[in-house]
Amino acid sequence: MIGHNGSVDMTASEPVGAVMVIGGGISGMRAALDLADSGYYVYLVEKTGAIGGAMPQYNKVFPTNDCSMCIIAPKLVECGRHANIRILTLGSVLDIAGRPGDFVVRVRQKPRYVDTEKCIACGQCSAHCPQSVDDPFSGHIAGRKAIYIKYPQAVPFKYQIDAEACLYLSQEGKCGVCAEICPPEAIRFDDRALEEEIRVGAVVMALGFQTFNPAVIKAWGYGVYPNVITSLQFERYLAPDGPTSGVLHRPSDGKPVRRIAFLQCIGSRDKHHCGNEYCSSVCCMYAIKEAVMVKEANPELEVTIFYTDIRTHGKEFDRYFERARSETGIRFVRSRIHGVEPRGTRGDLRLHYISVQGRQVEEIVDLVVLSVGLETADDMVSLADRIGIQMTPDRFAAISAFMPVHTSREGIFTCGAFNGPRDIPQSVIGGSAAAASVAVLLSGARHSLTRTASFPLEQDVRLREPRIGVFICHCGTNIAGVVDIEEVAAYAATLANVVSVERNLFTCAQDTQDIMGQQIRDRELNRIVVAACTPRTHEPLFRATLRSAGINEYLLEMANIRNQNAWVHGFDQQTATAKAKDLIRMAVAKVSGLRALHPLRIPITPSALVIGGGVAGMTAALNLALQGFDVHLVEKTGQLGGNALHLFQTWSGEHVPRYLDGLRSEVVNHPRIAVFYHSTVVEVAGHVGNFTTTLRGDSGRRKTVRHGVVLITTGAKRYIPEEFEYGKIPKVVASIEFDKLHMHNEARVARGTSFVFIQCVGSRNQERPYCSKSCCTHSIQSAIKLKKEAPSRRIYILYREIRTYGQRERLYNKARELGIVFINYELHGPPKLSRERDGVLVEVWDHVLHRPLQIQADVVILASATLASPDASDLANLFKLPLNADGFFQEAHAKLRPVEFHVDGVFVAGLAHYPKPLEESISQALAAAGKAGCLLARKEIALEAYVAQVDPGRCDGCGLCIEVCPYRAITLVEYEDEKGVVLKSVVIDQVLCKGCGICQGTCPKQGVDVAGFTCAQIEAQVDAALDDTVAEGT
Amino acid sequence: MNWDAKIIAFCCNWCSYAAADLAGISRLQYSGSIRIIRVLCSGMVHPQQVLHALDKGAAGVMLIGCHLGECHYLKGNEVALARAEVIVDTLEDLGYASERFELTWVSSAEPERLVKAFHHMIARLADLDRGSPVFTAGGAGRLINET
Repeated sequence: MIGHNGSVDMTASEPVGAVMVIGGGISGMRAALDLADSGYYVYLVEKTGAIGGAMPQYNKVFPTNDCSMCIIAPKLVECGRHANIRILTLGSVLDIAGRPGDFVVRVRQKPRYVDTEKCIACGQCSAHCPQSVDDPFSGHIAGRKAIYIKYPQAVPFKYQIDAEACLYLSQEGKCGVCAEICPPEAIRFDDRALEEEIRVGAVVMALGFQTFNPAVIKAWGYGVYPNVITSLQFERYLAPDGPTSGVLHRPSDGKPVRRIAFLQCIGSRDKHHCGNEYCSSVCCMYAIKEAVMVKEANPELEVTIFYTDIRTHGKEFDRYFERARSETGIRFVRSRIHGVEPRGTRGDLRLHYISVQGRQVEEIVDLVVLSVGLETADDMVSLADRIGIQMTPDRFAAISAFMPVHTSREGIFTCGAFNGPRDIPQSVIGGSAAAASVAVLLSGARHSLTRTASFPLEQDVRLREPRIGVFICHCGTNIAGVVDIEEVAAYAATLANVVSVERNLFTCAQDTQDIMGQQIRDRELNRIVVAACTPRTHEPLFRATLRSAGINEYLLEMANIRNQNAWVHGFDQQTATAKAKDLIRMAVAKVSGLRALHPLRIPITPSALVIGGGVAGMTAALNLALQGFDVHLVEKTGQLGGNALHLFQTWSGEHVPRYLDGLRSEVVNHPRIAVFYHSTVVEVAGHVGNFTTTLRGDSGRRKTVRHGVVLITTGAKRYIPEEFEYGKIPKVVASIEFDKLHMHNEARVARGTSFVFIQCVGSRNQERPYCSKSCCTHSIQSAIKLKKEAPSRRIYILYREIRTYGQRERLYNKARELGIVFINYELHGPPKLSRERDGVLVEVWDHVLHRPLQIQADVVILASATLASPDASDLANLFKLPLNADGFFQEAHAKLRPVEFHVDGVFVAGLAHYPKPLEESISQALAAAGKAGCLLARKEIALEAYVAQVDPGRCDGCGLCIEVCPYRAITLVEYEDEKGVVLKSVVIDQVLCKGCGICQGTCPKQGVDVAGFTCAQIEAQVDAALDDTVAEGT
Repeated sequence: MNWDAKIIAFCCNWCSYAAADLAGISRLQYSGSIRIIRVLCSGMVHPQQVLHALDKGAAGVMLIGCHLGECHYLKGNEVALARAEVIVDTLEDLGYASERFELTWVSSAEPERLVKAFHHMIARLADLDRGSPVFTAGGAGRLINET
């Protein structure tokens, strides 16, 4: 069989409507989900036995401190059950033939030795397996059996056999106990590798990373001294579901840990020891996170982070760092430590370093955590080689800043850490961006190979007695560590209408969804209570489970016993247990009275409004137009280009003006894009799928446009410095002004022999506690250019932290090799500037020589901050969007929904979200366009199910609700009853109603209420909350 | 001091309920006497439901919405504010102390503010009920910030 389309004979011109995503980490999963949701069939090839990548190994994620498993589990389940995603585990790609739009990919799947159709994941095989080996998932700090699942929430939730460890497979028929005891007889010792040729239109490489192995450098003592561990191992020690159940002890003797040292830049920024010259971008933040977590759990611990530069350049990262530094008692020491030595024979470790004051210091700790960097695995480099895509010297996929998800081979895209070290949101953005780019290539083949999910017939519950199933989640130890689940479960079973109570380690895991479905069928459940985390994140998952089990998805109520119970009563088990019972009782009371709801479906206006004509806006507009959607692009000035009009090159040295010209002309000439210059948004009506927006043009003329989605790409503005004599001394200029002077070789630059760059001007201060992200790289690039033009020039960069993250680090190294002088002013305060005859005198403390330094500068260049656009707050009000404390748009979720809002159908990209370099703006714009495209491709949308409904028996047509309705959804009607008496009542427009329930709160007759939140249902909850007829357990 | 009563807190889905989730994520601790009921908007809660809760034995009722001007439904919280006056008048007519009802605003990013509002309400109700039979030994509603 060739691919999913099998016998279908396609002519050469038609692209294939299927896509292969290689790599099942968060980036690949995101790409797969977006593609599958927008009309393409996806083959997701994962080299291990389960998807998820690195995220399931983490305990928490920065800067939100969300539990990593809790946020990824719903995505795992979504991938696992998607009708248009086929997961090929234990798979590797051998080669790719063909051309863009029509590739044939050869995939080899290693044998699993377990029949996934039969395996019920009961775990008996693993329990009886006699063979234990080190578990790579736990960073080898614990063991696993030869027959195993990768992690407890794995998707697919099926066991697999490690052929090397298995006695039967490695020693010819020895053992075989698993096959003997497996209840469904799922063991297949004769399983063979499978090769398949799969036909797809495009390929997305989301090959991910591996962590650097510190054992290759002897100086760290890793693998020699047991108390030297990696950050990934530390993560598993902290995880409540990890091998030590979240309890930290010294690996050498199991004693409590008292002093921990984190060593940064292990396998990163280290050209000499390991060849990894780049910065891994994520280690500073994850080390701070790990330090905060361990310190919170053990306040008496002494925790020190030894760092080179603290690189907390992302959104809300600097605040996180500042909190850690000022509030948690974590010590930060700027010093690169070059080795770890043993001290005595009891496992203690000695660190030796030179302090910022220049003193020799020795410290003794009992645990060293190596913050290991990210790198591309050898087999991934050879895969790239086989496929014929170019790589950078740092062994990441070579990409253009202008095409950040395109590899050098057309039709093959790339995302995630394979594109260079990056964090979760960047990887998620990359996944969506790759999907958006595929959608352009394959726009003609949308929906050609997908199948529609079919759900079983919904059972009619109206005439049935409620039969409630209660599912109580342990959430690892998040809930079970505080709440006595056993007691709560026993209590829940005593409640009226409850016919089944289940306890689950993770209710959100795939296997629990299967159990839930089974229970619904077997025990004829018709209403479900899930006592777990918050409905705000997990309700959609459980609703899908109800739907696929044949009951209406709205017959569900969640009892929030984690966020609003276990976590807020962490020190009081009695209270938390008693309250969990109350919350479940309330949920049972509510769910008993719920009715099936069927939201109205309406067609979508297949066009987008893009607000802001900078690079992000143009990129998004062009992508959507090329996907086949109409776009209204609104620009407040008279020209397109935004902030990029001031840029000359990207960090990788690509020419921005030429690129901008090309992009602009493509946008202006595309028949699907209408550009509105000198225009602003003044009024917004409607909602996702059908917005009506009023624009005001230059002359005050108004125009109304209709569209299904909105993209906010309104950019940012630059900070005009008030410090460093800016505006007073003409030789003090801001960096983008300097770029222009430099380009025109203006006299101040041409004749200049001494240049001083000052970093963090207006950034990272009390008023703006964030990093502007691109200024370090920008200044260093300018400095290198100056130095190369005339090597005799003296060039100084006065900085606080140099943040040339990722592969930008090469620029920093280059600058130092060229003799550019870097002076850190963090400790001794900012430099002082004064006018001196025809130049500027800069006074600063030299952190290396430990003495004050005076520099006569010909030009001083201020790396000034990027500020939120002042227009943001108006737009935020119009579209009901949140802004963060710095005035940037606040996305729906910092990690997993980086371009969306809680308001459906509205997306954000570029500087409007946070300062970022061009490459990241383009990537984010593609991601936003991709998400918008997913929505528009659906053609119709389900409206809010929670809408108001009138009870004609109670409504007497008083009309009080009409006045208060903010959406004018209610109208008064007159009708005649059977006897011809004229009566009055109200009717509610189901499209206009948003379900706010202001009518419900107003009606004196209880004649109108919102489905799912009726007065009766709310009162049932109140009654249950206050019901103390059932004694609270002790 | 031990205090055994329960407080019903109607939290809107968009702001205060999200803040309550965030309070958990931030591990802020508060009294076990709060029972949160999720509603779509503060404007959804009928005065009758406030009375109902008090009649059924709640020590107090809180209605917590988005900040004025930030309502997800444009003006639901303004309607709730206008209604609060009616609620307070009615409570007094029926012999309930007006302190038993509290209307306040908390954004989705203000878990500290939410927890503070809980503390204030509990302290206020505890003052009100000092010496009354609701002060019993043990129970779920111990004050966190007791002095």
